[in-house]
Amino acid sequence: MYKIVTRRELVPHISLFEFSAADIAAKTKPGQFVILRIDEDGERIPLTIAGANVGKGTITVVCHEVGKSTKQLAGLKEGDCILDLLGPLGKPAEMKNFGTVLCVGGGVMVAPLRFQAQAFHQKGNKLIGVVGARTESALIFQDEMREICDELYVATDDGTKGYKGLEFLGELLKMKKIDRVIVMGPIVTMKTVSELTRPYGIPTIVNLIPIMVDGMGMCGACRVTVGGRTMFACVDGPDFDGHQVDFEELMARLKMFTPQEKIAFVFHEAGGRSH
Amino acid sequence: MSKPKPKIKKEAVPMPKQDPKERGVNFNEVAMGYKEGQAVAEAERCLQCVKAPCIKGCPVEVDIPAFVELIKERKFDEAIRKIKEKNSLPAICGRVCPQEEQCQASCTMGKIGDPVSIGRLERFVADWEREHGYDIPQISASTGKKVAIVGAGPAGLTAAADLAKLGYEVEVFEALHKPGGVLIYGIPEFRLPKKIVEAEAEYIEKLGVTIRMNALIGRLYTIEELLEQFDAIFVGTGAGLPRFMRIPGQNLCGIYSANEFLIRVNLMKAYAFPKSDTPIFVGEKVAVIGGGNVAMDSARCALRLGAKEVKIVYRRSQQEMPARTEEIENAGEEGVIFEFLTNPKRFIGNERGWVKAMECIRMRLGEPDESGRRRPIPIEGSEFATDVDTVIVAIGGTPNPIIQQTTEGLQVTKWGTIVADDNGKTSIEGVYAGGDIVTGAATVISAMGAGKKAAKAIHHYLTKKART
Repeated sequence: MYKIVTRRELVPHISLFEFSAADIAAKTKPGQFVILRIDEDGERIPLTIAGANVGKGTITVVCHEVGKSTKQLAGLKEGDCILDLLGPLGKPAEMKNFGTVLCVGGGVMVAPLRFQAQAFHQKGNKLIGVVGARTESALIFQDEMREICDELYVATDDGTKGYKGLEFLGELLKMKKIDRVIVMGPIVTMKTVSELTRPYGIPTIVNLIPIMVDGMGMCGACRVTVGGRTMFACVDGPDFDGHQVDFEELMARLKMFTPQEKIAFVFHEAGGRSH
Repeated sequence: MSKPKPKIKKEAVPMPKQDPKERGVNFNEVAMGYKEGQAVAEAERCLQCVKAPCIKGCPVEVDIPAFVELIKERKFDEAIRKIKEKNSLPAICGRVCPQEEQCQASCTMGKIGDPVSIGRLERFVADWEREHGYDIPQISASTGKKVAIVGAGPAGLTAAADLAKLGYEVEVFEALHKPGGVLIYGIPEFRLPKKIVEAEAEYIEKLGVTIRMNALIGRLYTIEELLEQFDAIFVGTGAGLPRFMRIPGQNLCGIYSANEFLIRVNLMKAYAFPKSDTPIFVGEKVAVIGGGNVAMDSARCALRLGAKEVKIVYRRSQQEMPARTEEIENAGEEGVIFEFLTNPKRFIGNERGWVKAMECIRMRLGEPDESGRRRPIPIEGSEFATDVDTVIVAIGGTPNPIIQQTTEGLQVTKWGTIVADDNGKTSIEGVYAGGDIVTGAATVISAMGAGKKAAKAIHHYLTKKART
């Protein structure tokens, strides 16, 4: 059992959780993820780690309520426990002084991006940050990112705050010398940014969390095509070269269980297992 | 006055099984097990050969004639104790061991009729014990030494039990959320009920073993770090990585590795969705690629999950199939169709990225290859397409690489298996390995045999070390 020591709603439907897990915290590096299971009938949920506090013995994840299980997680309170927590999984992000790093985050993934950006900052990189979301009220961690970034831009899909969409990055890429780009967010964000950087040949790293079950190389559900080769995101990644990823295939595979996910949600809303 | 000796029956007492029509729609156990009378009648067929060829066929050397004789005498408690002197997981072995190739293969009765059903008898007494309460054996005085076991599969659990009985403090590190390895994630409920795996793991805990879940060695702790806390380590991490065919379209939606399919169904109980959260999709026309037990398991699960047609597509003929005869028969009885001498060439997708068809090629058999089986050769121009909406790829597994990648100085073969001698000794002092991680994908009982040997070697190593 793993105790929730902090639970805080950042914006509606997005909550931060800090779990007591000293051994995982001691080994966690930015870019890695955990798999958690809430209870005995629960599914295994992969979540990118958004922070680790070795002194306190905790790790942080930020979760967006998108379906049955994430909604159930959001319903838990401080002091509650989850049944299983496995990690850290995946290879850590490559970390060194690259020069200027552009960090683009979208939605809930801004949280793990900030964890990674902190490490880039400590390595002495110059940081240009982009914090994005669907709309203004869904933006998270702007202040936290501003603290560590040399420049910070805000973008929303609907233009309610900052730039509308990510097209402005085209101008930015033209004007500035950028050595590395990190993108963490929805597939379309990672695809869009990868397409924008491709003409400039800037190494662009995307962090992929496809559908997965065990998270340690056994199921192969998370296979992605990268440069024409099949890779497992859980053990070969989760970081990959964004210019090589087949995003179309990834997008299709992410929808594989959409009808079942709807059934699970409806079943849960109707009282689910308690009936 | 001695009674005239009754004539020994040539035929084995048949195993009561669920009706194929009924069982095709449920996940309850297919083979229902002997009743007391049936077990005693079967035990009476044993000739009690002095040479006991059956024992030589058993990778863990269970004293088979002795336990069979005890069943005959209705001393079921003593019979199970006799088995457990050598085998800590009898309810599992009685169900999934390929007895026909091992103990039963050399049974003298087999020369004049059916061999004695040793596996069914083993299962009977193991189930009898579970219903009547476990008897915890005598544990040796504490040695004061600690052993870490990596992986709670058949090899690891066996090594753990043997070492605990010898007085070691044993901690098992399991990466998944339940112990059992392939027994819990791979073999389906209808062949090995999960409550039996849970009970066998509980028995091992009662021997004093600690089983720790959610601990992926290599990531959470390295082997080097474990060596600081433990006097010896046994690695039994298995061959749990799926192989794919590397043919076009293999990543289309609707194509699973057998591992993914079976993990969803068994470990995550997707058959109970939405009561259990993990979903599974099974369409109307399912193709399972491969000819081993895992292919049979996948096909039979797919049928139970509502597929209209399930085809096993295998590149060689029935004769070369590595699956157990019993499992091939069970699958056939339930309605699985076999398409032999056929191999997929590519998968064809629809506009949404889902598999809709599979192009196959017919094969013929050539000369035997290194496995001793005749090599399949494609027949040019014989390509044909067949409609499918679900594909399960069951062509074997490769070793889990995480320990090898994170342990400096550990010798590994070009196939990724760990180099170990017959006793499981690896290139690092105090580190032993056994089971599929050393041999590549094999059977539950051979992994148990390796766990047993390694436990003996670890005991020998630590005893010698204590003296010097």
